[in-house]
Amino acid sequence: MGFLGRSGRRGAAIMSARWRRFIPGSRWGLILIPFLWLLLFFAIPFLIALKISFAKAAIAMPPYTDILYWVDGFPVLKLRGENYLYLLGDSLYIKAYLSSLKIAVIATTFCLLIGYPMAYAISQMNPSTRNIALLLVILPSWTSFLIRIYAWVGILKPNGLINNFLMDIGLIDAPLKLLHTPIAVYIGIVYAYLPFMVLPLYTNLVKHDHRLLEAASDLGAKPWQAFLKVTLPLSKAGIIAGCMLVAIPVVGEFVIPEMLGGPDTLMIGRVLWQEFFNNRDWPVASAVAMVMLALLIVPIMIFHRAQSKEMEGRLS
Amino acid sequence: MSQARSSKWGWLFLALGFFFLYAPMLSLIIYSFNENRLVTVWSGFSTKWYGELFQDEQMLNAAWVSFRIAFYTACASVVLGTMAAMVMTRMRKFPGKTLFGGMITAPLVMPEVITGLSLLLLFVSLSAWTGLDFARGMLTIWIAHVTLCMAFVTVVISSRLAELDRSLEEAAMDLGANRIKVFFVITLPIIAPALMSGWLLAFTLSLDDLVLASFVSGPSSTTLPMQVFSSARMGVSPKINALATILIVTVSTIGVIGWYFMQRADRRRQQEMQLAAKQ
Repeated sequence: MGFLGRSGRRGAAIMSARWRRFIPGSRWGLILIPFLWLLLFFAIPFLIALKISFAKAAIAMPPYTDILYWVDGFPVLKLRGENYLYLLGDSLYIKAYLSSLKIAVIATTFCLLIGYPMAYAISQMNPSTRNIALLLVILPSWTSFLIRIYAWVGILKPNGLINNFLMDIGLIDAPLKLLHTPIAVYIGIVYAYLPFMVLPLYTNLVKHDHRLLEAASDLGAKPWQAFLKVTLPLSKAGIIAGCMLVAIPVVGEFVIPEMLGGPDTLMIGRVLWQEFFNNRDWPVASAVAMVMLALLIVPIMIFHRAQSKEMEGRLS
Repeated sequence: MSQARSSKWGWLFLALGFFFLYAPMLSLIIYSFNENRLVTVWSGFSTKWYGELFQDEQMLNAAWVSFRIAFYTACASVVLGTMAAMVMTRMRKFPGKTLFGGMITAPLVMPEVITGLSLLLLFVSLSAWTGLDFARGMLTIWIAHVTLCMAFVTVVISSRLAELDRSLEEAAMDLGANRIKVFFVITLPIIAPALMSGWLLAFTLSLDDLVLASFVSGPSSTTLPMQVFSSARMGVSPKINALATILIVTVSTIGVIGWYFMQRADRRRQQEMQLAAKQ
């Protein structure tokens, strides 16, 4: 082959590897640019929110007190726990956290119950139909989230499509109250987040080896037994990824409870929004955010582990 | 026998699932041509709401703001996302890799109210510390959107990079090309379809975002979702139906075209691989 021969080429490669170490070139530039971006605009903001959650609201710009100030040339750090005590003291906040968690768990369960059969059916198709079905699942998540939620307002409202239809066929005399109820919130969440459940499940299910099911059936397992003993355990990673992808953002959801829920639909994302935009109490809003983050940190880490396996898994 | 039965159930489930996903959007489209102001009471075909939509200055301005932000967001997210994907898939270990990976995956699920509020506090604090004016407006919305979208783009591109045949890059390296040249001559053309779908994904995500933009926007930078939200809060309006129809049709068309090109590129690559294998 080359005139240098095998060992000569390797020698050249080692030389250039040695040189590369002294050039602060591609490797570190590649890491540092996205790293610094995320550090500055994703990680550090949380620290600032943590800091401000210990401050006190003030009528000023920015509307909070400094927690670090100077007295006779010495820095004084004053951390106020008031905001957190306030959250604990007012049952509204605890109720909002609990009801957000409850809504997230129930809605995720429904997404899984609807999404799993869909993902399974798609994974069983032949490749060309499969791609079309997959496109049909993804397409709604590309069109505006807000508009898809808005569509349900028109369907569920008192003179909306469902009530009009039921009254036309004479099943009911007066319109049912559907909009601004918990049911509307559940419908909205399942509707908006279903694609996020189907996709990771499909990615997992499509990789399964058919021969395992054939082996199970050869050994006398009925189809449902083979499903419970082979397919379901093998798809555990997909189920975890899908559930986290739905449940975590739903806990902090604002748009759906605001548009489809009633005034009594308590969700913590909505409470945070009101603290910030209506009450203009930035420190309390920060404390609400920090407690939410503390509740979600374990699920986020579980999701991170599943996701990074997916991202690096096929690396040789 | 059982195979046929199970696939029949599968089709039934899929049909119901797709009905659930698409019926609400279809109803939006149909009723956008309704002449009646009461959106869901049909009284005749009309395109007058489209006319009114295009006279609505506020809506048009908001759309223009959103389109510009989405365009710049998509471009920046693809560059940063490609870099992050190279780091995630190609670099085994470096100090801070765990943190790096965490900061890539966390934005995918982090509730937007938390990120939005924290980013706003960052901009306000930066202005206070540096004395510079980080005026809230298009720039701050762009920063917030890039931070969110680059995470999604990274996932799309990493999965492409992970299934890429490394032997091509190694061959080019053996032939004396340096890493940067290998990236631009070999890797980039292969992952181009993923870059394209990453760009489109970032564009639609940015065009769609209400929560982040509401926190970090200023008085002069109302985005389309903010405008839609404030009018939808007042109740349904036929103008929003018209806007929704335009958005749905545009996005679906772009989606289908993008999908078609990805399919074709995939098929061609497979054919080339088979050809190469034969030789």
